[in-house]
Amino acid sequence: MISAFGAGLLFGVGLWLSGMANPRKVLDFLDITGSWDPSLLLVMGGAVLVTASTFRPLIRKKDLKFDKTAIDLPLVAGAAVFGIGWGIGGYCPGPAVTALSNLTVEPVVFVAAMIAGGLLAKILPPQQAGR
Amino acid sequence: MANFTPVASLAGGILIGLASVWLLAANGRIAGISGILHGLVAQPPGDRFWRFAFLLGLVIAGFAWHAFVAPAPVREGFGLGWAAAAGLLVGLGTRLGGGCTSGHGVCGLGRFSLRSLVAVAVFMATGMAATYVMRHVL
Repeated sequence: MISAFGAGLLFGVGLWLSGMANPRKVLDFLDITGSWDPSLLLVMGGAVLVTASTFRPLIRKKDLKFDKTAIDLPLVAGAAVFGIGWGIGGYCPGPAVTALSNLTVEPVVFVAAMIAGGLLAKILPPQQAGR
Repeated sequence: MANFTPVASLAGGILIGLASVWLLAANGRIAGISGILHGLVAQPPGDRFWRFAFLLGLVIAGFAWHAFVAPAPVREGFGLGWAAAAGLLVGLGTRLGGGCTSGHGVCGLGRFSLRSLVAVAVFMATGMAATYVMRHVL
C-alpha cells in the first residue's frame, strides 16, 4: 500500500510545516488569554478548504457510509476528555505519532498512554465506542 | 501574536487536506489518526497493513523534516507524568468520541458532518480551558 505510506508522509510534512507538530505552538494557540498565536486556525482552515471541496463527491463515488449521526453523550463526553488531554500536553494523535521522530522520551510515553486510553474506551462503556 | 506564521500554517494545512484526500481517493479511508492508530492494535490482522504504512509515513516525515529542514523541538519542564496523563485522556476521549483533530476536524468538517462540528467545538473549548488551567492557574 504505497498510497497509504505516501499519504502519511504528506500528512506528516503538513504537520511539521504548519507548526502543529510543535506542542508549544499548539498550546500558544489554545492559550487565548496569553500571547495568543492564531496560526492553527489557518492550519484547520487550509485543510478543511481542501477536504470540503473534494470529500462529498469522493465519498459518493466510493459509496462510503457514515451510519452515526446522533449527537450523543459518548460524542460530547469523548470530545471533552480529548480536549482536556490536548490542552494539557499540546499533542493530538497525529502530531504525537510524527513526534516519535524526535527520539525523545516524551512522545513515546504519550503515544503509549494514548494507545492504553483507546483500549480503556473499548472496555469502559457498555455501548460501542466510535471508530 | 509574536509567533504568528500564517503562510507556513496555511500551506501545511493544505498539505494535510491533500493527504486526507489522497487516502480517501486511493484507499477509501478517512484520515483520522486516532482511529488509524487504534485500529492497528484493536482490529483484525487483515486490516492492519495500510494503517501501519500510513503511520510509518507520518514518522518518516518527521525524520526527514529534522534532517533537512529544522531540528526536533525541545520542551523543558513538562514532566513525563503529565505526558502520560495527557496521552491517556487523548486516547480515551478520541475513541469514546469517535475522532480527533483529523477525523472530526479535517475530514468530518470536510464532509459537513454535524457530529464532527459539535465534537470540534467541544474539544476546542475544553482544550482552551485545560491550557488556561495549566498555564495560568497551576
